[in-house]
Amino acid sequence: MAKKKPKLAVWKFASCDGCQLSLLDCEDELLALAEEIEIANFPEASRAFIKGPYDLSLVEGSITTPHDAERIHKIRRSSKFLVTIGACATAGGIQALRNFKDVNEFISIVYANPSYIDTLQKSTAIADHVRVDFELRGCPINKAQLLEVISAYLNKRKPVTPAHSVCMDCKRKGIVCVMVSKGDPCLGPVTHAGCDALCPSYNRGCFGCYGPKEIPNTSALSKEFKRLGKTNEEIKLAFRSFNGYAEPFRKESEAHEE
Amino acid sequence: MDKPSVIDKEDLNKLIAKLNQQGYKTIGPTIRGEAIVYDRISSIEDLPEGWTDEQGPGHYRIKKRNDKALFGFNVSPHSWKQFLHPPEKKLWTAEKNGSSFKIIPEELENPKFAFIGVRSCELHAIAIQDKVFIQGPHIDSVYQINRKDLFTVAVNCGQAGGTCFCVSMQTGPKVNSEFDLALTEVLEKDKHYFVVETGSDRAQSIIENLDLRTAENQELKIAEEIIDNTAQNMGRFLDTEGIKETLFENLEHPRWEEVANRCLSCANCTMACPTCFCSTVEDVTDITGDHAERWQKWDSCFTMDFTYIHGGHVRNSTKSQYRQWMTHKLASWIDQFDSSGCVGCGRCITWCPVGIDLTEEVAAIRKSDKTKIDNI
Repeated sequence: MAKKKPKLAVWKFASCDGCQLSLLDCEDELLALAEEIEIANFPEASRAFIKGPYDLSLVEGSITTPHDAERIHKIRRSSKFLVTIGACATAGGIQALRNFKDVNEFISIVYANPSYIDTLQKSTAIADHVRVDFELRGCPINKAQLLEVISAYLNKRKPVTPAHSVCMDCKRKGIVCVMVSKGDPCLGPVTHAGCDALCPSYNRGCFGCYGPKEIPNTSALSKEFKRLGKTNEEIKLAFRSFNGYAEPFRKESEAHEE
Repeated sequence: MDKPSVIDKEDLNKLIAKLNQQGYKTIGPTIRGEAIVYDRISSIEDLPEGWTDEQGPGHYRIKKRNDKALFGFNVSPHSWKQFLHPPEKKLWTAEKNGSSFKIIPEELENPKFAFIGVRSCELHAIAIQDKVFIQGPHIDSVYQINRKDLFTVAVNCGQAGGTCFCVSMQTGPKVNSEFDLALTEVLEKDKHYFVVETGSDRAQSIIENLDLRTAENQELKIAEEIIDNTAQNMGRFLDTEGIKETLFENLEHPRWEEVANRCLSCANCTMACPTCFCSTVEDVTDITGDHAERWQKWDSCFTMDFTYIHGGHVRNSTKSQYRQWMTHKLASWIDQFDSSGCVGCGRCITWCPVGIDLTEEVAAIRKSDKTKIDNI
């Protein structure tokens, strides 16, 4: 008898779909993946839906509505192993910029009929609501890292997704530091690796898409940004992007509010 | 060895061609983007003629010189370590075979490197890594094969960089360790030549074919003066007197906390350092689990995983990480490998994004040396 394949489900919350698209983007590996795992729910790929429980759930997006705040609990209950994928699910995403303001003001400006809008004051990470077994970083996630997480799950090992700085990847790739050689501000020294140093490879500073690295020293980096001529406002905005609500980045941007 | 000879700038091409003819892969300084890096070169056209670098703490810029010097700069961002001890290497693959598996080792190939333009500090760094990788009881086979036929064309530094302190470490600027050829670049009003010293038999046989003339005493004198001048213009100074004891006796010095406030624990210093040798091993499988690979990658004592053992991280603060790095480099290295782990190339200072200066940190600790103060 063929062994029973584990069931994979992909869930979407407030997000742009880019992270689950990374799974669909694994073109060369999708067939092999389908051999090893049963894709039970993946609306971006197929309308087929297989009932839970699920062995592995990939959760994309942040919690922004009362309805979603309920739904994530149901998903957690039906998932043995729950992995969040991307900056929205792990840090609230770009939509967490609302957290620094009053969302009701936005609603009144943006929507003709604000009474139809039922939203939460803040956009929050999945881990703020339910227990998360593993967080995969990135905006969007790196498909090679996604495959690594799935492979590790299937082979019962720890995924190799190091939490060190982007700088280590730059140096291993032989990229010349943009901050030291050009004076361009770069978030690489405080940012979690995983993108394979994408922006510095194209001679640009890191935007921090993978969020804070382990023990990030954001204030020391901000001091250096100042020395390079950046204003408080510019420093605030540098930290306040896709991972702006991840705590170390949030605190650093708040420290530069004027 | 024989009396030094002289090679004209254009004839350097013959040397490079000769090395290529003999199957060497010639690597040397060349401009890439906004830096002078070490990469494949095939002629002197590839060298950074007329360029120099300006280095300071957390600062590097390349600038035009007002002459046509080929080696008129200091050290490149990434050391030669990248070739001998590659940042990432596959060690083996494994294929599942029923209930067992078969390990297939990587096939190693001798790259037969010839490094053109190796500085004295860098030769010392290579010698230190030799000790670590091939002279101890455990041989690193990748390093061993990359190092096997290495031919070094060293260059005596004609200028000191802003973060250089080889004089303090007694590692330069004049080449004083094992080399094949050592050049001193001389630029005079209408002359551009190199004084060439020969350091090995194989180098002797190579230059014999190049028809070089013997250096005149005046030329040797000029070359010496150039190197002396470099020695007198070091950008940095490190007092190494009793450094091991000083650091060991100051493990609780408040300066460690202070530097940790500035340190990003980004690991740039360790990656740029030509002697830092730590690596990690990563095992990966494919989706099916039938195929696995083991990779070795540069690691750093500035990562949390580096000291993760059962129960937690041995060093879980930037303070303990920085202290570990510096005390190992400058102190416990001496016990472990009979020399300092620092060659004074200044890369850790230049390539620190926030410009932390190791020489300044040591000086600060010395200034308020706990033990000394207590004894007064």
